[in-house]
Amino acid sequence: MIEFKLPSLGADMEEGKLLEWKVKPGDAVKRGQVIAVVDTSKAAVEVEVWNDGVVSELKTRPGETVPVGTVLALLLSPGESPAAAAAAKAPEAAAARRRISPAARKHAEEHGVNLDAVAGTGPGGAVTVEDVEKATQPKKEAARVEKAAAAVPDRAAEMRKAIAAAMSRSKREIPHYYLSQTVPMQRAQDWLAAANAGRPITARLLMAVLQLKAVALALGGFPDLNGFYRDGAHVPSAAVHLGVAISLRQGGLVAPAIHDVAELGLDELMRSLADLVRRARAGSLRSSEMSDPTVTVSNLGEGGVESVFPIIYPPQVAIVGFGTLSPRPWVTHDGGLQVMPTVVASVGADHRVSDGHRGALFLAELARLLQEPEKL
Amino acid sequence: MDKATIRQQVLAELKRIAPEVEEGELDAARLLRDQVDLDSMDWLNFLVALHERTGKEIPEADYAKLDTLAAIVDYLA
Repeated sequence: MIEFKLPSLGADMEEGKLLEWKVKPGDAVKRGQVIAVVDTSKAAVEVEVWNDGVVSELKTRPGETVPVGTVLALLLSPGESPAAAAAAKAPEAAAARRRISPAARKHAEEHGVNLDAVAGTGPGGAVTVEDVEKATQPKKEAARVEKAAAAVPDRAAEMRKAIAAAMSRSKREIPHYYLSQTVPMQRAQDWLAAANAGRPITARLLMAVLQLKAVALALGGFPDLNGFYRDGAHVPSAAVHLGVAISLRQGGLVAPAIHDVAELGLDELMRSLADLVRRARAGSLRSSEMSDPTVTVSNLGEGGVESVFPIIYPPQVAIVGFGTLSPRPWVTHDGGLQVMPTVVASVGADHRVSDGHRGALFLAELARLLQEPEKL
Repeated sequence: MDKATIRQQVLAELKRIAPEVEEGELDAARLLRDQVDLDSMDWLNFLVALHERTGKEIPEADYAKLDTLAAIVDYLA
C-alpha cells in the first residue's frame, strides 16, 4: 500500500486545501501523473503522484484543509491486490473491526467516502448503502460551498503572509553574505542579436535564457551553492533545478523550478521558461515545480534595477540576482575606455555552507560563461 | 486594414497579456512600457500575438521603433 501524502510545496507552506481529485478509486495512475489540485497560499497547484499504482481510497475530501504530510489517498502498488493490502492493514483493522455491507463498501469507493467517518445504522452497527449515501450529501454540499469560496480567495493577503513567513525565516536562520560583479555583455548581446535575426519571432530567445543557462552551468562546479540545508547539514544536489522568480500581475511572486537546466539547449530552455511563466500566471503549476528548486534566480532588471540583493528561499542555500542590462563606461584590457553593455550579477549565499571566496569564484565563472554565449 | 481596426487589435492583445489595462488610461504617445508593466517575456508574447493576428513580420531590430501605442499601430498599418 502506498500512502500519497500532501507534499511541502515550499518553505512557506504548512497546510493545503484539497480543491479537486483528478482520479477516483479504481483508477490506475502513472508516476508523474497529476492526481489532485491543492490550494496553497500562493496558488492552486497540480499535485503529481510519484509511484505507479491503482487508487484504493481517497481519504481527504475536496474542501478539506490538512497539514503537510497528511495522507491524502492510499494506492495499491502494481500487482498488489486489495486483499493483500487489506491484510497488511489487518492489525489496524482488527482494532476497530466494523461490519460494512459489500454494497456500501462499493458505493463508498465509488464516491470517495472515508468509511471510518461513517456511522453505521444497520444491524449491529453495520454501515449500509444509505449511511454512505448520507455521508456523500454533506460532502457534495461542502464541495459546492468550497468551490464557490475558492473562486474568491483573498489570495493577495495569503500570499503576502506566506512570503513574509518564508523571508522572516530566511533572515532569522540563514547568515547571508552578498557579492556582486559587473559583467560585460557585449558578446552575449551580439550573439543573441545575430541568433534572433535568423529566427521567426515565435522562436526568438531572451537574454534571460542565456543568463539562466550560464547560472546552471556555473553551479556545476559549486555544489556548496546548490542544494538544501536540512537538519543542520548541507544536502548538495547533483541536478540543477533553477527556481525562476516570476512576478504575478495581481501582486506577489512564485519561484517554480525549471528542471535540469544545465542539460537543456537554449531553445528548449526558452520554451520551458515561456511555458512556466504562462502557467505561473494562469495558476496551473505542478507540485514538483514548487518543491524542487535547488537554487533560485531573481531577475529584476526589467524595471531598471541596477543590482539585486536577493533573500535566500529556504531550504535552499543560495540565490542569484541579475539587474538591468545597461551601458556603462568600461576600461578595456589595453587601458582604453568604451561604452559597454553590462549587467550586475549578484549572489546571496548561506555562510553555514560556503564563504565569500566561493561565491566570488562562482560569479567569476558565471561572468566567464557569459563571454562565450555560443557555448551555452 | 484601417488604423482604428489595428488599434483595437493591438489593445485586445495587450489586454490579453495585461488584463488590468484600461484603454481610456493609455496615452498613445507615451512610452507603452512606462504605462504598462510588461517584462521581456510579456513583450515578446505581445509581439508574437500581433504577428499572428496581422501576419506582419516584426524583426528584432525593429523592436525599438515600437515604443508607443501610436508607433505600434503605424508600424502594423
